[in-house]
Amino acid sequence: MSVPAAAPARRDRALNEALFRYVLRLADTSLVLGQRLGEWVGHAPALEEDLGLANLALDLIGQARLLLTYAGEIEGKGRDEDALAYLRDAPEFVNLTLAEQPNGDFAHTIVRQWLIDAWQLELYEGLGASADTRLAAIAAKAVKETRYHYRFSSGWLVRLGDGTAESHARTQQALETLWRFTEELCTPDEIDERMAAAGIAAPLTVAAERWGQRVAADLRQATLAPPARQPHPWHGKRGVHTEHLGHLLGEMQHLQRTYPGVRW
Amino acid sequence: MRAAGHSAEALAGGVRTATEQRVWQLLAAVPDPEIPVLSIVDLGIVRYVRSAADGRLHVGITPTYSGCPATAAIHDATRAALDEAGHADALLEEVLSPPWTSDWVTAEGRAKLAAFGIAPPAAAPAAARDAAAAPVACPRCGSLTTERISEFGSTPCKAHYRCRACREPFDHFKCI
Repeated sequence: MSVPAAAPARRDRALNEALFRYVLRLADTSLVLGQRLGEWVGHAPALEEDLGLANLALDLIGQARLLLTYAGEIEGKGRDEDALAYLRDAPEFVNLTLAEQPNGDFAHTIVRQWLIDAWQLELYEGLGASADTRLAAIAAKAVKETRYHYRFSSGWLVRLGDGTAESHARTQQALETLWRFTEELCTPDEIDERMAAAGIAAPLTVAAERWGQRVAADLRQATLAPPARQPHPWHGKRGVHTEHLGHLLGEMQHLQRTYPGVRW
Repeated sequence: MRAAGHSAEALAGGVRTATEQRVWQLLAAVPDPEIPVLSIVDLGIVRYVRSAADGRLHVGITPTYSGCPATAAIHDATRAALDEAGHADALLEEVLSPPWTSDWVTAEGRAKLAAFGIAPPAAAPAAARDAAAAPVACPRCGSLTTERISEFGSTPCKAHYRCRACREPFDHFKCI
């Protein structure tokens, strides 16, 4: 009698664990990218772009808070958004490797932003129909903000790419530098597949194909050359990061690590 | 519990009990911390007020932008307004779905925005048109000859524009 009863419970636990990891990946990508954008405050090329990047950061961190809160509830170990953001070490972060790459020049920041905006746009569109109603609600809210972000970043991509010889060359250079991290955006692993099988997310390959078409169309408009496809040695979403994440977390977590539990 | 029906009820007014009506009026006096000329009812932040079968009052509020720093202040101000009016046992619920849209800014709210010097969001539903292409009227002189300076402004809900007729810069409440 106990065997049939225990089997579904074990399946649920496994699905729960996968869902936790999946929501955490979405949250960490937004959180880390938001933190990176925050580094521009006071340093952007013009006041309008300074405000723009700060506004993007604000939306991304807001989305991350909703997702981290939900991830903490799924995990069920009493970790809230703050515990997950401030008290995990780099190998426990599961953001896309692309999100943690340094800001570089404005062209690097725009290319990184545009690649992730386009990816989040496709992903959140799909998650709006998720069998998980909480995730669907967060995605339906986030997609509207992401559409706005994408308009900003794709507009700048075209302006820079189809701009002066200098802006074109620097944007092409940024594309060459960052393109190696895009394979991770499009390569499903067992957690993505599990989410698709449970109806929680659309298959990543569907979003990846739409992302590829969108990115190719934007590159044509921006007169930029798409780099060659590259192998996939980056596994940020599995907790294996470039050296940059540790430095970012060192700054982001400094206060809570130095004065544990400190409040405003 | 968080059905879409609540929002339809909130928008249409529905049939309200005397208590619900009083609470709506109470919340219509709670200002938005960033744009104090508007109340949280004008902004469409209050989604429902209803007396539930459990005998308690349920009040639903929704965040405008995921990262809007005013969200916590709005929550606290709403809580305080309910407490002060003798509704300390009222349940304040956060509603995420359906997501907030600038379409929910009321006609009164739009008029207040324009009078305050902020171009209100367009009347057509945000989803039904290209928000980037729609002309925005200058809140000072009414001219449609305006240009966008930045997609973003001083708060998450605003973009930055300039009027080419009267030359004044102004904020536009983003359509989302």
